Amino acid sequence: MTTVALVVGGLLAVASVLYVALPFLREPAPREDRLDEPGTLERRALELAEERDRALGALKELEFDHRTGKISDDDYRELVGPLRRRVAEALHALEPRAESNEERVRASG
Amino acid sequence: MPELGRAALVLCLGLALYALTAGAYAAKTRRRRLARSAQNALLAAFGAAMVAAVVLLAALLRHDFSFVYVAEHTSVELPTPYKISAFWGGQEGSLLLWLMILTGFSAAAVAFGRRSGADLLAWVVPVLGLVTTFFAFMLVAVSSPFDTQVAPADGAGLNPSLQNPYMMIHPPFLYLGFVGLTIPFAFAMGALLARRTDELWIVTTRRWTLFAWTALGIGQLLGAHWAYVEVGWGGYYAWDPVENAALMPWLAATAFLHSVMIQEKRGMLKVWNMLLVILAFCLALFGTFLTRSGIVSSIHSFTQSPLGPWFLGFICLVTAGSLALVFSRLTLLRARTRMESLVSREATFLYNNLLLVALCLTILWGVAFPILSEAVRGEQITVSAPYYNFFLRIFGLPLLLLMGIGPLVAWRRASLRSLGRSFAWPAAIGLLIGGALLALGAGSSRAGLVAYTFSAFVLGSIGYEFVRGARARRALAGGSWLNALSELIARNRRRYGGYIVHASIVLLAIGVVGSSAYQTVREARLEPGQSMTVAGNRLVFRGYESRRRPNHLAIRANVDVYRGGDYLGRYRPGKNKYFAEDQVSNEVSIRRDWLTGGDLFLIADGIHDRSVDLKALVKPLVNLIWISGFIFLAGALVTLWPSAAEQRRLAARYRELRPLVRA
Repeated sequence: MTTVALVVGGLLAVASVLYVALPFLREPAPREDRLDEPGTLERRALELAEERDRALGALKELEFDHRTGKISDDDYRELVGPLRRRVAEALHALEPRAESNEERVRASG
Repeated sequence: MPELGRAALVLCLGLALYALTAGAYAAKTRRRRLARSAQNALLAAFGAAMVAAVVLLAALLRHDFSFVYVAEHTSVELPTPYKISAFWGGQEGSLLLWLMILTGFSAAAVAFGRRSGADLLAWVVPVLGLVTTFFAFMLVAVSSPFDTQVAPADGAGLNPSLQNPYMMIHPPFLYLGFVGLTIPFAFAMGALLARRTDELWIVTTRRWTLFAWTALGIGQLLGAHWAYVEVGWGGYYAWDPVENAALMPWLAATAFLHSVMIQEKRGMLKVWNMLLVILAFCLALFGTFLTRSGIVSSIHSFTQSPLGPWFLGFICLVTAGSLALVFSRLTLLRARTRMESLVSREATFLYNNLLLVALCLTILWGVAFPILSEAVRGEQITVSAPYYNFFLRIFGLPLLLLMGIGPLVAWRRASLRSLGRSFAWPAAIGLLIGGALLALGAGSSRAGLVAYTFSAFVLGSIGYEFVRGARARRALAGGSWLNALSELIARNRRRYGGYIVHASIVLLAIGVVGSSAYQTVREARLEPGQSMTVAGNRLVFRGYESRRRPNHLAIRANVDVYRGGDYLGRYRPGKNKYFAEDQVSNEVSIRRDWLTGGDLFLIADGIHDRSVDLKALVKPLVNLIWISGFIFLAGALVTLWPSAAEQRRLAARYRELRPLVRA
């Protein structure tokens, strides 16, 4: 029993070590070994995309709540304007235009 | 094969240590291959933990008493299902279950997380590695399930109260919940370490948190039902520290699931959400510490336990380290928006959060106080049910009310006119039912009457939300009411799944109030032929019968039950005498009435030569508690079910960024 245990244990250890070493065995000399990392620009763009999704979600929610009667017409009129503006601003900041995206994203920050 | 089990655990420890150190170094120095290697180490650790688990399970099934653990928790005559549940019946086995689930979840989180940001995952791996290292170390060096001895002829057997089918599933569910909370914690800490305080960690862990929370909730209900049918005292929850150990992280996770929606929808409460994730995880660790260190019975058993000081040290390390990390990233976590009104959906979520956390910390104080009093003054002061029940009423009733108010209030702000229109129907339903119950005599318990009035209001509010939503969908797309309803749920699973969960909590509350505030209890010593009456039921004792089973002697008191002139059947409460364990267990008999939802609960408290000490409890509506479990699960599944539209939106969000920025 001990021999079987030793063999199985040994195989398990070797398999684990090989699996852990796999990234190095597959790419012994890679051209680059850097982890992808969002830069300041990408982080800002992500913030804008989140803001856009948040604004779109809020607008959708407002429309639905108005349709169900949870929001009165007066409240709806008061709330919908600023929300639409937020959506437009977020979309504007992210949409491709002639000017450099880099400049645009920077400008929106 | 204990050597194989030990070797697998040592290997698991080595791999976890590698994931921790190499993973942290790779994340810090931005090395891609090393980060990938650390991820592979976590995946391999799962394989090693599985091998260790298989070795222990094989030893249990083969009743290999050369394993100390097997000899201490099983016997030759123990039925096979309980040999399997003996895996988590003792300290070492339950720690191995923790490790197995933890490495399994870590492997899955790594495998799925590879689709999300590599920089975030790079920091998640060392956090998971740290927790895995701790548990693997405990199993290797402090509390091993693979200690051996000269095999005795038979084992000590399993605690009789654990010989119940619920013990096959209750602990694994709790552990799925406890361990599952590690994943959101690891991603939250990973996000702070990677300085990625955007929504990615929330999006990645949303389903993990929901899954852990659901498992913990179901696990607690299974535990409550086990206590009800097996422990034999007539209740289902005793505010026992071990029960509270599961309730506290569940309450913290409930608060997190609500407040995280405010972060997603409004970009607020980022610090609060981090604190809630830390609280939920630390309470999950604290729960395991409570049940495994022996500290609950006495501070002395804690100091004698090899496990306790290690656990306490690790909890302190995790708490201090994670709070320091949050503090160091405060500027990144600052919200850019403010709450617009105190009468809004987000405000009700905030109130709900404060109440949930207050209830959670109150329970924590109730659990910690006896330990602290014994440590400081040398005497253990017990905090018993009245303390918890008082605070349950103080925080629980407003929480119940908020479950009805929340759905009726719009995001951002709500005017009085809108509120009046939304509240009219649900409030009328609540007041009508409250008034009717008062007229029927439910005023004997004021808290009970208030709880029922609030419950009616909440159910009215939830029903009204479904009706208004389905009506709006029909107006938009036509079709039948059923189609509109299913479309409504499918288009917003989180909202309507959440409402279903709320409905289940209301049913739970109705069941708890009915079976505690309005229960009837009678006790009497009866000779054969004598009877007693409880809430209109006449109970006649007809004498004993006994049967010998493979591992116990079953003694039963035959009790015939009559209501009016009708014979309702024979019920057999009694006791089991277990041979190997040399223990006696109470075996209750329950007459379930599905029509009223109540139970007639019989306990043979004392068994004498001819007479029986019979205790009878009538527990109105108690079965709503168990039914609520199915509704809770259904609601949780609705919220857990992936939404294709949301997946597309999120995929587009993360896909479109690179070309956009690099254009």
